[in-house]
Amino acid sequence: MNRKEIQIPNFLKKAFSGRNAVISIPYIWLLLLFLLPFIFVLKISLAEPILAIPPYTSFFKWGESWLPTIQGSLDSYLFLFSDSLYINAYLSSLKIAIISTILTLIIGYAIAYSVAKAPTRWRGILLMLVILPFWTSFLIRVYAWIGILKTEGLLNLALISIGIIDKPLTIMNTDLAVYIGIVYSYLPFMILPLYANLEKMDMSLLEAAADLGCRPFKTFWTVTIPLSLPGILAGCFLVFIPVMGEFVIPDLLGGTNTLMIGKVLWTEFFYNRDWPVASAVAIILLALLVVPIMLYQRAQEKAIS
Amino acid sequence: MKKFGNFNIFALVVGFSFLYIPIILLILFSFNESRLVTVWGGFSTKWYVELMHNQGIKDAAWVTIKVAFISSTVATALGTIAGLVMTRFGNFRGRTLFSGMIYAPMVMPEVIIGLSILLMFVALSINRGVFTITLAHITFSMCYVAVVIQSRMSSYDDSINEAALDLGCTPFHTFRLITLPIIMPAVVSGWLLSFTLSLDDLVIASFASGPGSTTLPMKIYSMVRLGVTPEINAVSTILVGLVTLGVIAASIIGRRQKNTN
Repeated sequence: MNRKEIQIPNFLKKAFSGRNAVISIPYIWLLLLFLLPFIFVLKISLAEPILAIPPYTSFFKWGESWLPTIQGSLDSYLFLFSDSLYINAYLSSLKIAIISTILTLIIGYAIAYSVAKAPTRWRGILLMLVILPFWTSFLIRVYAWIGILKTEGLLNLALISIGIIDKPLTIMNTDLAVYIGIVYSYLPFMILPLYANLEKMDMSLLEAAADLGCRPFKTFWTVTIPLSLPGILAGCFLVFIPVMGEFVIPDLLGGTNTLMIGKVLWTEFFYNRDWPVASAVAIILLALLVVPIMLYQRAQEKAIS
Repeated sequence: MKKFGNFNIFALVVGFSFLYIPIILLILFSFNESRLVTVWGGFSTKWYVELMHNQGIKDAAWVTIKVAFISSTVATALGTIAGLVMTRFGNFRGRTLFSGMIYAPMVMPEVIIGLSILLMFVALSINRGVFTITLAHITFSMCYVAVVIQSRMSSYDDSINEAALDLGCTPFHTFRLITLPIIMPAVVSGWLLSFTLSLDDLVIASFASGPGSTTLPMKIYSMVRLGVTPEINAVSTILVGLVTLGVIAASIIGRRQKNTN
């Protein structure tokens, strides 16, 4: 048999090269299981809720002609804007996310700065002590606070037995409990990027400032803080973005007045079974977070390269 | 620069107390004789014994371990490739989108990821269960692995790879015989990280699961909603213990690697 060379066009050769094949494995996975699902969220946010399985109207209607007609409605979005509950939930999430990011930054900075300044032989163990809670279940760490903050909980028992207070404080099921829970849960996310940045800091710059007569506080404010800005930004993004959609903490520690959009989404989806409204809530939250997420991505790429 | 001073000691003591006291109290009260979580009634391991007889928790634990094992293994393979693509493949078409899809899942609220993946499964009529939870966990865990590999590769000496290629080694063999053994500790810590992420996840699993596929965090969550009990403390203590062992193992592997370099 006469073997004939099959001519493969150049662009096909390029497309099926080993290099592209390697790139395509994780690429296609993420396209299919991370990006594509958002198309479905968008689609269902434009549907109407009905009592059926699945509980929404279909987007395409197959009629006489072989092209389907599109059936979409903006009702879910209009509903979100007409009911003040949703707008308040977004605003309240924003407020809680901003305040808790600032609190986490202040506490996290003090810890990261002290770990970076600690004698070298301590640093390894101190860093591991920061990482350990980061790996421990979120749910368990939030649960741990319930026993402490309850009216008949350990904190109140301790404070009463010392004699600081005589009536138990109501912390559980308030916004204060939510702040405590967020700061506690997200602290490692703030400390790790800050520490990575502070550890690499050129100490001779601080010595130079001190030699030139700069006071320690001013040196900290005008040299240390600006130099650690990339770490501050990375830490703040890592806290702010997920806290905006946080569900577990407001659900377990917050009260009925604690409005957060992640909890609203959960309720709409699991209890009210209004999938179009839950989808619209998610789309708007995503729209609010797209810019911070992109800024975070750019900051990360810069930090690694 | 001022030396490590009183302020630093104060910050570390207060900071670490804040991080650890809740976990220590949680562990302590898992050994409480009394049903009341806040009143000490003497030492007892009866809640652990009770746990062993709780079929619901045992089933959930088994589902969780299965999901965590499979998802972390697949996520480590995919994430390692993704990390190498990010650092060693230069500029390819669609690189920005790729890195966006790597970084976004790490910060994106879990309710959004959970809802979106669930709606896709429903729209495509894929039955929800252990399989769909595993797919969802692979997707977000692989991003963490990719970042771990990426940061390892930033200090990787490229000249070894060039030497291998110059001597006629194929790219695949260069990866298998040179790159992979060198970055192995990062791959292992990526696997451990994915395993604990999967073990801990409540929100995404709640969306992606179907009837009969309850994971341990979902089970714990439904128990917590009914009230604080020493049984939850006991199951939490076991989980915290496992994670602690894992972190210590990972840091020992990391240290050994540093010493051999």
